[in-house]
Amino acid sequence: MDIVLQQLVNGLTLGSVYGLIAIGYTMVYGIIGMINFAHGDVYMVSAYLTAISIALLTFFGVQSFPFIIFGALIFTIVITGAYGWVIERVAYRPLRNSSRLSVLISAIGMSLILQNYVQLSQGPNQQGVPTLLSGAFRFHIGDGFVQITYMKLLILLIAFTGMAVLTYIIQKTKLGRMCRATQQDRKMASILGIDTDKVISSVFVIGSAMAALAGVLVTLDYGAFDFYIGFIMGIKAFTAAVLGGIGSLPGAMLGGIILGLSESLFAGLVSSDYKDVFSFSLLVLILIIRPSGLLGKPAVEKV
Amino acid sequence: MSNAVVRKTLISIAVAGAATLAQADVVIGVAGPHTGAYAAFGEQLWKGAEQAAKDINASGGINGEMIKLVKADDACEPKQAVSVANRLVDSDGAVAVVGHFCSSSTQPASNIYAEAGVLMVTPASTNPTITDRGLPNVFRVCGRDDQQGDVAASYIVDKLKAKRVAIIHDKDTYGKGLADAMKASLNAYGTKEVMYEGLTRGEKDFNALVTKIRSVDADVVYFGGLHSEAGPLVRQLREQGSKAIFMSGDGIVSDEFVTVAGGPQYVKGVMMTFGADPMSYPTGKSVVKEFQANGYEPEGYTLYSYTALQVAAAALQHADLDPIKGAEWLHTHSVDTVMGKKSFDKKGDLTVSDYVMYEWNDKGKYIQLD
Repeated sequence: MDIVLQQLVNGLTLGSVYGLIAIGYTMVYGIIGMINFAHGDVYMVSAYLTAISIALLTFFGVQSFPFIIFGALIFTIVITGAYGWVIERVAYRPLRNSSRLSVLISAIGMSLILQNYVQLSQGPNQQGVPTLLSGAFRFHIGDGFVQITYMKLLILLIAFTGMAVLTYIIQKTKLGRMCRATQQDRKMASILGIDTDKVISSVFVIGSAMAALAGVLVTLDYGAFDFYIGFIMGIKAFTAAVLGGIGSLPGAMLGGIILGLSESLFAGLVSSDYKDVFSFSLLVLILIIRPSGLLGKPAVEKV
Repeated sequence: MSNAVVRKTLISIAVAGAATLAQADVVIGVAGPHTGAYAAFGEQLWKGAEQAAKDINASGGINGEMIKLVKADDACEPKQAVSVANRLVDSDGAVAVVGHFCSSSTQPASNIYAEAGVLMVTPASTNPTITDRGLPNVFRVCGRDDQQGDVAASYIVDKLKAKRVAIIHDKDTYGKGLADAMKASLNAYGTKEVMYEGLTRGEKDFNALVTKIRSVDADVVYFGGLHSEAGPLVRQLREQGSKAIFMSGDGIVSDEFVTVAGGPQYVKGVMMTFGADPMSYPTGKSVVKEFQANGYEPEGYTLYSYTALQVAAAALQHADLDPIKGAEWLHTHSVDTVMGKKSFDKKGDLTVSDYVMYEWNDKGKYIQLD
C-alpha cells in the first residue's frame, strides 16, 4: 500500500515536469504546425542558467532559500524566454513559408547547435548544484511509510500553479485570444489585424518559459545535469504531448502526468528494465484507438 | 569494387607511410571519453599519459625517438570508438594506444587494433571479455570485473553479513558485466539477491526504482555502472529514507561522484571496490609529487594511465618499435612502472590483482578499508 502510494507521488512529480516541457511542444505545434526539436535543449540551457543564477545570488550574499528560488526562477525564465524568442527569430521565421521539412531540419540543427555551444562554453563535465532544500515529510502507513521531500512538494505546487496561470492566460487574456485565433486560422487572424508574427514569437517565449520552470525545479531536485539531459527529457515530453493530443494544452499536461505515472508504476510494480517499452507501447495503443491523442481534435480537411 | 578497395588501401598505406616518414616520432593514441558525460575519466587518462610521455621523452624517449600523443575521443560511444580507432590506425599512424575507458568502447576498438597490428593497453576497462577473446595485442593494467565482483560479494557475505542484496546495473557492457560477476560470486557464497534490475543511462530520475528497492527491504544496494547514474541513485535512496548500504565498483572513482550526488552528505558511507591505492606505491612517490606540484591530484585512473603508457613504451623499446613483437615480449616479461612491477599472463591480464574495498567519507573523499 505504502509502496503504491510512494510510486504515485514519484509518478506525479515526474509527470508534472514532463507536462511542463510538453506544453512547449504542443503550443508551437498548435500554432505553426512544426515540431520544435530544439525544445529539449532549451530545457537543458535552463538547467545551466539555474546553476548560474544560484551562483550569482550566493555571490551577492543571498542566503535564504525562498529568495534564492524566487531569484533563480525570475532570472532563468527571463533568459530562457529570450533564448526561445531568438531561436524562433533566427531558425524558424526565415523558413515560415517554405516546406515543413526545411523547418524540421532547421530545428534539428538548432538542437545540435545548443548542445555543442553549451558543451564548449560550459565544459563537457557533469555539473551540480548544492542541495538547498533538504528534509521531508514522512507518513506512516501500517508497517511502511511514504516519504515526500519538501522539494517534491514544491515541484508539484509550482508546476500546477504554472499550468493554472498559463491556462488563465490562454483562456482569459487578450494575448490568449490572439493565440487561439492564430491557431485556428493564421491567415484570417492576420486579416483581422492580429500581428501573427508577434503571436508566434510570444508562443515560443511562453513555451521556453515553461521549460525553464521545469529546468529550475528539476535542477534543484536532482542537483545534477550535463549538456545532454535535453535529449531524453525532450523525447519523453514530446511523447507526452503526442499522448495527450498534440496541439492541445490540457492534453500536454494530462499526457505528461499519464506518462510519469505509467513509468513509475510499471518500474515499481513490474520491472524498471522495460519501463520505456511499456510507456511507448501505451502510446501506440492510445494512438490506435484515438489517432489524434487523448484530447486532440481530429484534423479537419479544409476545402 | 575490388579495384576501389585496393586503391583505397594503397592510398591509406601511402598516407600512413608519409605520416611516419614526415615525423620521426612514435605516435601513441590516448583514447577515451574526452567529451560527454564521462569526460572526467577521459581527463584522468589524458593527464596520466601526458605526464608519462613527458617523463619518458625527458629521459631520451623510446630508443631516441620522441613519443607524440594523439587524443582520440570516443565519448564512451561504441560507434564513435570504432571510428576514432580507425582514424588512429589509418591517418594518425599510431603504433600503440592507451585506452579506451568504457568496456563497451574498448571491445569493438580492440578488434580494429588487432587487425592493424597495433598494441593496445587499457588502463581502465575491466570487463572480462576484453581479454577473454584471446586477441594477442590487448593488455590491461587494471583488474577484471570477475575479480572485482568477487571482492564485493565476499565483503557483503563475510564482513557485512548482509542477507538482502539488491543488484542494479546500467545495462551497459561494463555495468551489467560487473553486476553479473558480483551476482555469480554472491550466489556461489549461498546468498540469493532479492532484486536484479537495470536502469537507463542518461536518466536522472530513479525514484520509482528506489521505491522498489525500499519495498524489497534491501540491506545492501550493489550498483554496476558509472558515477553519473550512481550519484542521483544514492541521493534519491537517501531522500526516500532508505538506509541501505550503497556499494559500487571502480566506475564511480571520481570527485565528480560527489558533485552529481548533491554533496558529501549523500556519498558518506558509500562503499566501492578499486585497486589498492595507486598513489601508495613507493615507486610512484616522485611522480605523484610532480602531479601535485602542477596543481593536479592524480585521482582515480590517472596513474593507471601513466602505467599503461610506460608498459606500451617498454614493449616498443624492446621490440625496436614493432608493436606485434612488442606484444609478444610483454606476454613473457615484466615491466617496472609507477605502480610497481607489472607482468601479464597469456591473455593480457595482470598476473596479480589487488582489488580492495574503499569507503567514501563525509568530506567527499574515499579511503581504503583494511
